[in-house]
Amino acid sequence: METEKKNGAQLDVDIATLRQAASERTTPRFWRSLDELAATPEFREHAENEFPHGANDITATLDRRELLKVMAASAAFAGLTGCTKLPEQRIVPYVRQPEQIIPGKPLFYATATTLAGVATGILVESHMARPTKVEGNPDHPASLGASDAFAQASVLGLYDPDRSQAEIHDGRIGSWPEFQNELSAALAAEKGSGGAGLRLLTPTITSPTLASQIRAFLKTFPSAKWHQYESVARDNVREGAKLAFGEYVNTVYLVDRAEVILSLDSDFLTSGPGCVRYSRDFSRKRRVESPESKMNRLYAVESTPTNTGAMADHRLKMRATEIESFARALAKELGLAAAAGPAFSSSVPPEWIPAVARDLKQHAGASLVVLGDHQPPIVHALVHSINQALGNFDKTVYITQPIEETPINQWQSIGELTADMRAGKVTTLFILGGNPAYDAPADLTLKELLPKVKFSARLGLYEDETSALCHWHIPQAHSLESWGDAKAYNGAITVSQPLIAPLYGGKSEIDFLAVLTGQAGEPSHDIVREFWKAQQTDVQAFDAHWEKTLRDGVMAGVALFAKQVSLKPGIGADAPAAAQQGLEIIFRPDPTIWDGRFANNGWLQELPKPLTKLTWDSVAMLSPKTAQRLGIKSEDAVELKYQGRTIVAPAWVMPGHADESVTVFLGYGRTRAGRVGTGVGFDAGWIRPYATPWIGTGLEIRKTGAKWALAATQTHNSMEGRDLVRVATLDEYRKNPQFAQVDAEKNPLSLYPEVKYEGYSWGMAIDLNACTGCGACVVACQAENNIAVVGKTEVMIGREMHWIRIDRYFEGDLDDPRTYHEPVVCMHCEDAPCEVVCPVVATVHSAEGLNEMIYNRCVGTRYCSNNCPYKVRRFNYRLYSDWETPSLFGMRNPNVTVRSRGVMEKCSYCVQRINAVKIEAEKQDRTVRDGEIVTACQQSCPSEAIVFGNINDPESAVSKLKKKNLNYSLLEELNTRPRTTYQARLRNPNPEIEKVAI
Amino acid sequence: MAQIFQRSTNTIARLSIYGAVILIALLGFAVDVINKTSYVTEVNNARPQPVPFSHKHHVGELGLDCRYCHTSVEVSSSAGMPPTETCMTCHSQIWTNSAMLEPVRASYSESKPISWLRVNAVPDFVYFNHSIHVAKGVGCTTCHGPIAEMNITWRAQTLYMRWCVDCHKTPENYLRPRSEVFNAFYQAPSDQLALGRQLLKEYKVQKLTNCTTCHR
Repeated sequence: METEKKNGAQLDVDIATLRQAASERTTPRFWRSLDELAATPEFREHAENEFPHGANDITATLDRRELLKVMAASAAFAGLTGCTKLPEQRIVPYVRQPEQIIPGKPLFYATATTLAGVATGILVESHMARPTKVEGNPDHPASLGASDAFAQASVLGLYDPDRSQAEIHDGRIGSWPEFQNELSAALAAEKGSGGAGLRLLTPTITSPTLASQIRAFLKTFPSAKWHQYESVARDNVREGAKLAFGEYVNTVYLVDRAEVILSLDSDFLTSGPGCVRYSRDFSRKRRVESPESKMNRLYAVESTPTNTGAMADHRLKMRATEIESFARALAKELGLAAAAGPAFSSSVPPEWIPAVARDLKQHAGASLVVLGDHQPPIVHALVHSINQALGNFDKTVYITQPIEETPINQWQSIGELTADMRAGKVTTLFILGGNPAYDAPADLTLKELLPKVKFSARLGLYEDETSALCHWHIPQAHSLESWGDAKAYNGAITVSQPLIAPLYGGKSEIDFLAVLTGQAGEPSHDIVREFWKAQQTDVQAFDAHWEKTLRDGVMAGVALFAKQVSLKPGIGADAPAAAQQGLEIIFRPDPTIWDGRFANNGWLQELPKPLTKLTWDSVAMLSPKTAQRLGIKSEDAVELKYQGRTIVAPAWVMPGHADESVTVFLGYGRTRAGRVGTGVGFDAGWIRPYATPWIGTGLEIRKTGAKWALAATQTHNSMEGRDLVRVATLDEYRKNPQFAQVDAEKNPLSLYPEVKYEGYSWGMAIDLNACTGCGACVVACQAENNIAVVGKTEVMIGREMHWIRIDRYFEGDLDDPRTYHEPVVCMHCEDAPCEVVCPVVATVHSAEGLNEMIYNRCVGTRYCSNNCPYKVRRFNYRLYSDWETPSLFGMRNPNVTVRSRGVMEKCSYCVQRINAVKIEAEKQDRTVRDGEIVTACQQSCPSEAIVFGNINDPESAVSKLKKKNLNYSLLEELNTRPRTTYQARLRNPNPEIEKVAI
Repeated sequence: MAQIFQRSTNTIARLSIYGAVILIALLGFAVDVINKTSYVTEVNNARPQPVPFSHKHHVGELGLDCRYCHTSVEVSSSAGMPPTETCMTCHSQIWTNSAMLEPVRASYSESKPISWLRVNAVPDFVYFNHSIHVAKGVGCTTCHGPIAEMNITWRAQTLYMRWCVDCHKTPENYLRPRSEVFNAFYQAPSDQLALGRQLLKEYKVQKLTNCTTCHR
């Protein structure tokens, strides 16, 4: 644990003072962090220093003589560098050049990325057979061209040098043939009993091919058992469906048809199956073109603050255990026969539930209630019955067959497996993927049972906690290296194809199962293809069908259709359990590294978590009120004791969190993740009991007295508290459509000569009404522009390198603030303050209005960054780019320079993409069409919040946005004339609830 | 107390001051001269290759089109280097026993690529695109020199930034009709400036001198 004191986030002011500060705040209305609110000396120092902990150390001890010496030496070296010859380079062409490959021209292949078995279609950019960048697949229903941060980061996962590279047999290097021999022997021994001691443990399987292989395997070994397990399992969703309909089903939302949405402890916009699609559908219902436009309305009732809650027009914080009472009260209000739940511990405004119920009822058939996966099954059943009562079925929500090939209760499954292991019934165990030794519930003691299995083999991307306890570890092929298939959130069949041969000779799950089913050596491509050929009735047409599937990334004609189900009567009629007393604990997957599978991915570790803006750590999150009661401050190391187990975690005071409740995040505290993820954070799984994996009460929390320094980016690059987000309600906007035009002096005087931009003139518009703060753009930009990872200690001193950051603002009450996201990229100011101060003209303006940054000219004075009012420039204080690890060379975008130490960098509006499109247009003797140039951030954005284009073309999408009266510039008063502008955020509150407009 | 400095010291002092200035100037001049030599620029240095491929023979004498081997020059940033297969289209039929071509045959039969020494190179931070230059009427020999006369290929131009910018500022001095772009024997007409200006308009050639045209 780190006890080092750091700048910025030390919360040394008591919470009562903060609350006072928040309530008294009039201008500016918004605050970014508790430190800013408190205006602590540490925060002032951090904000005022352009380069906190900067490289000012030399000057402190330097006298005139020394300075002259250094200057002379630098001058000499600068002169000498001019004499270097270009190093000798070799050109190595193909012997036989594959068709379609043109050096310098990327190819795009449709494939899939899966999280917990659920597929999202992607297109992968491939440079000379090296996958470098993931883009969304416009033809895929779960993507529609967008993607999430996990998908964006999967290229780094592919090239991760820590991936396992060899078969390991009891700690020594083995080989695949050797493994096959041992495996045959083990299987032969099991044959007699029909596989009574044989167990197969997999994550969630939605792949029809894999499932058919597993079924074939189970046919040969009828007594063998197949278990599925994920630590972030959707068991409660499945069990809730069973309660409601008597069978496991899959629920799909049609968010674009919903006028009123109630989210109960759910983060459906940025997490879980279908979130990319839901986010797009949601934002399309929120576009406001003019004061006459309509908007959907989102209510959120939640315990842990989420992005969905931040998007909500009304947000109510509530303990997770009390969501059931809320659902019951709502059901009752809607006339359902639900018994009332225990009383709420915090005050729920009396008008809330009736008003929400009325609003939902008024929009019957166009309303939607969504529930968080972790809520108990009965609440899921209740929500189904509420949606039914509102007539939403087959309108805004529909039911299909389950997308899992064999849906089961996964926690029950792992319980049975460990029970059998304890009883000594398991002699042969195959673990495909997952990482149960790390993430299985601690009280099942899988870690102790695993080494006792006679023959255990594990297929995994990393030689991790589970591999260490198995006899055999087989390196797994990455999803970008293997053939396969999986279902999307709505059941769409998504075929994945490899972009590259396995870098380390890994085997896919299909390859592994092929050995078990006696198909050893058969190419996985053939297995997948043959499976689908067997499903096709028209064999003649199959080849064309298959080609089209591979091209589109999604299989036509096999979607799951809406299924007719009947709701069981009397759901929730039984009286619920009594109120649960004591401090509540909530377990949640980490927003950026999920259940720990992305722990070794530096991009995802350094991606600031959407609401806390923390990197490289997970926290125990609690509300200001609870923190005040317990005397806990942010960054206090606290001991969490739950059901007999204890763990030490850093505390984080989170405005908007439910009171008397603590959220901990899974996925950290890995012991064998790799050089990036090992030993980072604490393992919340250790105190996660088998019986109550999601929500429970009776947590004990105690200060240890130590501090745990955290790396949060929220206080970096302070904008000095000026109101940079502009917000109004829809009604206010209708009354005053010009509200966003605050103090905008038209055509103010300028010292700079007027420049006329002819031809193209690039600009960007960012819609704050659409941005959910998910972070996909940040990782997309990192992948596209070869942006380096800097590590926790560098982030703590404000040296993160992201070219796009998502600022988070709070407004109002400390205990229940409104939250806003604001992505900030380089503004490409027409009168850019950075340009005039550069002594070597390394940052200049292009004729198309780009603020150009020329690395090979930059000498690193950092004057530009000092003079940038938006704080969007990033400096390479050290050699952050990895110039040594060979596997990472392949990952880089060949069209963007890899920066070295001592160089400034910043958002370039993806100038490499602009140039590529312009060249193609010029060759065809035409101008660039609107929408042809898509920046990386824009491409990845699920909610279409970012639009880029030519502002000289009045018909372009970006020009039209900029003409809207919602459009405003950041720090307009500085007259920098930014090319990046923002569309003000609008809220659509229910007048019955919100009486006083802010 | 006796004088420490003689009168002559003044002269020595002056000499050393002026001398230092002259020395620095000379040094600068020397650096500049060295930088312009073919030792540094590699201009006119024929570079040894694993196969002594002669552009003079293939282009000058046989008249092969540039694009027969450099296939992607019109579509991509890279002009493309021919795979061994391209060599073997002819050399599986002619000169099949030539010792000179042994590395080519070996490459083909062993599926091991030929590793050529790069002749024309720009630094990593320069992004050059062949296709757009060709499309706008910049001929191959404008940059690559008299390729039809090169037995072993050499670099014909420094490829220094000032050389690039010269053309980016005044392309009319170098443009030729699109039909002549791949003509290795092309001679600029005496009225190049008039032709250049006409082509400039016709091909909508822009004088791109923004930094990000090449650096990003």
